[in-house]
Amino acid sequence: MENLGLIFAPLFSYKLLIVLFFGTIFGLILGVLPGLGPTTGGALILPFTMTLDPLSAIVLLTAIYCAGTYGGAITAILINTPGTPAAAATCLDGYPLAQKGEAGRALGMATVSSVIGGIASVVVLIFFAPLLANLAYEFGQPEYFALAIFGLTMLASIGEGSPIKNLIAGAFGILISTVGKDFMTSIDRFTFGINELTEGIGFIPVVVGLFAISEMLTQSTLINQIFNRVALKAVKLPSIDDYKKTWKTIIRSSGIGSFIGVLPAEGGTVASLIGYAEAKRWSKKPEDFGKGSIEGIAGAEAANNAATGGAMVPTLALGIPGSATTAVILTGLIIHGVRPGPDLFREQPEFLYGIFGSMLIANILFFVLGFFGAKIFARITLVPNKLLWPMIFAVSVCGTYSLNQSIIDVWLMLLFGVIGFFMRRYGFSVVPVIIGLILGELVEGTLRQSLVIFDGNWLMFLQRPIALTFFVLSLIALSFPLIKRKKKNDKV
Amino acid sequence: MNDVHKEKGTNKSLSLFFKSSFIVSAVIIVISSILLYFTFTFDIVPPILNRGIQPATFPKALLILIIALTLLTYFISLKNPWKNEKKLPNSFYITLLSFVVFITVSKFLDFFLGIALLSIIVSYFWGERRLTYLIMVSIIFPLIVFVFFETILGLRFPPGIITNLYYG
Repeated sequence: MENLGLIFAPLFSYKLLIVLFFGTIFGLILGVLPGLGPTTGGALILPFTMTLDPLSAIVLLTAIYCAGTYGGAITAILINTPGTPAAAATCLDGYPLAQKGEAGRALGMATVSSVIGGIASVVVLIFFAPLLANLAYEFGQPEYFALAIFGLTMLASIGEGSPIKNLIAGAFGILISTVGKDFMTSIDRFTFGINELTEGIGFIPVVVGLFAISEMLTQSTLINQIFNRVALKAVKLPSIDDYKKTWKTIIRSSGIGSFIGVLPAEGGTVASLIGYAEAKRWSKKPEDFGKGSIEGIAGAEAANNAATGGAMVPTLALGIPGSATTAVILTGLIIHGVRPGPDLFREQPEFLYGIFGSMLIANILFFVLGFFGAKIFARITLVPNKLLWPMIFAVSVCGTYSLNQSIIDVWLMLLFGVIGFFMRRYGFSVVPVIIGLILGELVEGTLRQSLVIFDGNWLMFLQRPIALTFFVLSLIALSFPLIKRKKKNDKV
Repeated sequence: MNDVHKEKGTNKSLSLFFKSSFIVSAVIIVISSILLYFTFTFDIVPPILNRGIQPATFPKALLILIIALTLLTYFISLKNPWKNEKKLPNSFYITLLSFVVFITVSKFLDFFLGIALLSIIVSYFWGERRLTYLIMVSIIFPLIVFVFFETILGLRFPPGIITNLYYG
């Protein structure tokens, strides 16, 4: 707590303020453009961060994360297409309200609830991340293995879509991480005689492929799609009456979003759906939902932005990403030589509190930019896909090539693009692949080291209380969808 | 009459093989089985040097898990069928083809020529017919990206007929 004053440090660094400003603008642009978003954008910008110092690089990525999550609401409200998956629930009431000629009111509520949710989650981050990091001092290899397994099972059970498909995708992600030289024995695995593969498959080709290139292929199937745009005059701050209607919803959704964010899942997307559903459940006028309810917008937007800070908690405290975008941020940390975990809190508090402070400022910045610039950002969606996507392809190719200067990375990016397209087409989420890839080395490394410690006795895992707790929680997480389905069937 | 029933029955069982759940599951299982076969070709660490499990054990376990879960998904799909996906339009196949063009051109001729060709193919077949815009998207923008990466990030792009001209 003695480090709390460090939160304000970014305010006194003109360099960080400039980075924050551009990160917020870039995040808003990415959020507004359907198909892009903070994950793809963050992955594309990673090579550029090599020109920055580690703190500026991570501040840039977190600003993109915060602003990008909010930016999705602008498109959701004005063209009924979520700019990011996390804004899907915002469409349900945002667009109907905009159609009634109240686009400014809808955007105003989305902006205010996003900022409140975002700031609330940063407060959660500031207080819970150090606590979790302290707890992590108790963790050895078996505990980290159990924690990673818990993370993957949570991802499968509360992520979007079928839990089994999510598990397959997560296992696929871990499998990708096994390509290359085995870190314990230096034996080649799945290299097929290709020298470049001995170093393993990088994170960037997989992320850019699964998100940007697969989205390009998806867009190629939608070239005749016509968007109905609603004109926006100006963003309006919510009225006293609107605040009276929504303040409870905003607080509730901020709590839900922060909690869901902490769990390794699709962060904002799941949070916004639960936030929206809870807003409807507690509303005095649930019948208005889907027809332009201001509470619906507040519930979804406060929750998805609250997930941003929540998702940073396990990322920074344990090195386990809470969402796909935080997986990109984690990669950014690793590329810049920063190892997240409890030691980071002890050794580099100024770095961490710099990130916390920057996230707070980013939330305030996107409030100002969103409030005064939503009309301009909305115009970005007028750039036709036939021009936009070839340009994104050029940046994707150069960005992927630039990290290792390897042409194999570019081919891999295209391969994962095609895989990602078919995965999404047949209901497999690509997010577990990313999380699996990031956690893969941790899962295998801790498992093998634990077995060395236990002299090959698997049952020893059960004699470690923390590990056992995580295994039990994993079983509960896995059985959760079955219980949910049974309850649903019983109701029917 | 019996023949008709028989025929209907045959069609029903045949149609099972054309369902997306069957095709997707089959593809995953075949690829996983091939990869599983490769895990048996990994070098084995002598017992005296082996710490914990063999390097092939973990990937083997993952592949068996993927196969088992895929089978489970398939059997669930028999009860709860997947939704039918629309047929993919020509623009998808053209975009996919443009990737092949990009790989071929960038490998044998020039990296930037590959990007320019892909951009022009995608842009044109997605509906852009204005020459100025086609030039902008296929020449001017990649050039800006090239110069940016070259100067700001100090990147050296792979040699090719155009890149060599730039590097002299």
